[in-house]
Amino acid sequence: MTVELFIFYVFAVVTVASAVMVVAARNPVHSVLFLILSFFNTAGLFVLIGAEFLAMMLVVVYVGAVAVLFMFVVMMLDVNFVQLRQGFMQYMSIGAVVGIILMIELIMVVGTWVLGEEGEVLAGPGTVPLASNTELLGNVLYTDYVYLFQTAGLILLVAIIGAISLTLRQRPGIRRQDIGRQVHRRPSETVELRKVRSGSGV
Amino acid sequence: MSAIPLGHYLTLAAVVFTIGIFGIFLNRKNVIVILMSIELILLAININLVAFSSYLADLAGQVFALFVLTVAAAEAAIGLAIVVVYFRNRGSIAVEDINLMKG
Repeated sequence: MTVELFIFYVFAVVTVASAVMVVAARNPVHSVLFLILSFFNTAGLFVLIGAEFLAMMLVVVYVGAVAVLFMFVVMMLDVNFVQLRQGFMQYMSIGAVVGIILMIELIMVVGTWVLGEEGEVLAGPGTVPLASNTELLGNVLYTDYVYLFQTAGLILLVAIIGAISLTLRQRPGIRRQDIGRQVHRRPSETVELRKVRSGSGV
Repeated sequence: MSAIPLGHYLTLAAVVFTIGIFGIFLNRKNVIVILMSIELILLAININLVAFSSYLADLAGQVFALFVLTVAAAEAAIGLAIVVVYFRNRGSIAVEDINLMKG
């Protein structure tokens, strides 16, 4: 067993184990933490296979943004998670049946599938990249896939606007700062000068 | 780079994918865990795309993995926003209550 294969097995085992814990953990906070562990190990696998840029993206986007978002929502919502776990065992059987069937089918596909002749040539062990993974990916991304890239940006824009417009709410009876009104106030309508005789008050 | 057979990566992705599907069935009542299961499924897809991209020496797979990443992030943001709004309105995130909204 080579060193690379050993490292692959370590990362793969931790990925699968933490994925199982995401699904089976009693506390959703633990689920989110195991999701982060799973993403980290997948990033390690990506580095191992030579996709460094995607590995870093996985850490930045998933661990830095998505998992934190999940964490915020899990902790912000005061949900009774024990109640939500009722029927866990009841769904276990049907879930296991579907999962095992799917698993067998996927293993069958992977086991019987062979790389075509053209693929064998491309996948030769001697393929050395010409430049770093990030540079190559950038070259392709900004030329051949530039429209798809822009579309991805548009999707993110739509997601931002959607998320904000969904969660923004105007509650009545709350005093907010109204900057327009503040700026438009004139001294003449707010300040009044009076002559007060000493000893009598206003 | 190619010391690890492609089948290893494909099998790993298959296992993670199955765990994601299993998670949707197992946590039928908890929307947040269902969303996390969907993230696992998309992660499995990404593993497949990157493995093929590396073994076929074609960067298209990694570009598509990048797009899948983008869409997954957008989906998580919108999904969680919907969960927050739903919780605000009903005080619960149980999935079977959601069909009360129809009509």
